[in-house]
Amino acid sequence: MFDPNQRIVITGIGLTSPLGNSLAEFRANLLAGKSGVSKYEIRYIGETLAGICHFDPLKYQKRKDVRRGTRAGSIAIYCANEAVQHSGLNWSDVRKDRVGVFIGITEHGNVETENEIFEISKFNYDTSVWTHHHNPRTVANSPAGEVTLSLASTGPHYCIGAACAAGNAGFIQGLQMLRLGEVDLAIAGGVSESIHTFGIFAGFKSQGALATNADPTKASRPFDLDRNGIVVAEGGGLVTLERLPDAIQRGAKIYGEIVGHAMNSDATDFVLPDPTRQAECMSLALHRAGVGSEAIDILSSHATATEQGDIEESQAIRQVFGDRASLAVNNTKSFIGHAMGAAGALELLGNLPAFDDHFAHATINLDKLDARCALPQIVANVPRKMDRVEYILNNSFGMLGINSAVIVKRFSGE
Amino acid sequence: MNTDQIRQVIMKILSRIAPDNDLSGLKDEVPFREQMELDSMDFLDIVMELRKLYRVQIPEEDYGFLSTMASTVQYLIPKLQTATA
Repeated sequence: MFDPNQRIVITGIGLTSPLGNSLAEFRANLLAGKSGVSKYEIRYIGETLAGICHFDPLKYQKRKDVRRGTRAGSIAIYCANEAVQHSGLNWSDVRKDRVGVFIGITEHGNVETENEIFEISKFNYDTSVWTHHHNPRTVANSPAGEVTLSLASTGPHYCIGAACAAGNAGFIQGLQMLRLGEVDLAIAGGVSESIHTFGIFAGFKSQGALATNADPTKASRPFDLDRNGIVVAEGGGLVTLERLPDAIQRGAKIYGEIVGHAMNSDATDFVLPDPTRQAECMSLALHRAGVGSEAIDILSSHATATEQGDIEESQAIRQVFGDRASLAVNNTKSFIGHAMGAAGALELLGNLPAFDDHFAHATINLDKLDARCALPQIVANVPRKMDRVEYILNNSFGMLGINSAVIVKRFSGE
Repeated sequence: MNTDQIRQVIMKILSRIAPDNDLSGLKDEVPFREQMELDSMDFLDIVMELRKLYRVQIPEEDYGFLSTMASTVQYLIPKLQTATA
């Protein structure tokens, strides 16, 4: 049953982001150069900045399910249901035991644990009032499991812990499970509820990596000389993945084919990236896609607006792509901040409409390009009209030296 | 608290636990589970809310008393007689 050459295509897209709750809305705001970053308050930290989602959880959940579950679960349920609707699948005809749910997460459980510690602090830390919902909320498969409860799907489900490479890791897992024949439909991608944990803000702050700016819309500025760190965001991006023959047979609209992917490890540092391994990761994805670097039209960069991270990724991109001017390098975090487990997913999905509209969306807030990041291909502040968009490469890297690259090809009907 | 006040407390807890249910027609003698979507985790929520609000400890062997509104109120009268609503 295993077929490593089985072609896997994206047939439905569901997302929520600080810039919209559908692909069309998200894409329109990316092309309009709009920022999704706003002021935000969280306990112990006080006022800070974040990318906040405004989807309606009650579109697909009862109030009771929202209360019992997690924010990551609500995001995942929203995205999964939107993806299924977008796919045009008749859900009642789908074999539920052949549906797999594979969701990348940066972390899970911090929000729920912090909330509960805060709650018992009102009772002098009496652990007898610690909620019985704690364990089901914090098990690492929780957001994916909540999706199966919503969709009544009985195939495999789990989350993939992959730091900020998690969105790509979710796509890759879905692809692999389809090629293994373990599932016939994969719901895959990444989610994040990270803005609801003060710990992530405090951690970045202590690390000197939390962005500040009097104007929230200017705070996330990858590659810019005045960048001063990360804006944390929440969000989710899930797709339906199918084998190409299945998608064609049911007449599905195909949004792209995943033709290449790679994941590797730096094995050098807890937080600092290694451009050599990042370059190797991109090169391996290109090799698997069966194309050279000249084939890539848009490169969606991971850059988070930390000083070192942006420099290292620029170096890695330069190693693989040289100075070829026809490549467009853009960055979604400049619009919405860093959506952690959802980052890789949202960053790829927001670029997919380029296959049809032939625009590379920009990297905004790029007023003074850091010479150490001075890639000639960066699309600064305004979208670039492209002669062709056949291949998009999506970079996502994370702490502990985890690297990922996914290459999606425009589906031409062949 | 008197009987009516205890009933109001339970109604408030139920409305938080089962926010999708219309509780206006809740019958005191009929088991909660026959009138609402409640599972074992929800019953633990009732126990937990009472513990948090009034420091009432309900041992597991007494959970059966929480099956209807009438039996719950009856069970809680001695435990909440000195509590204020």
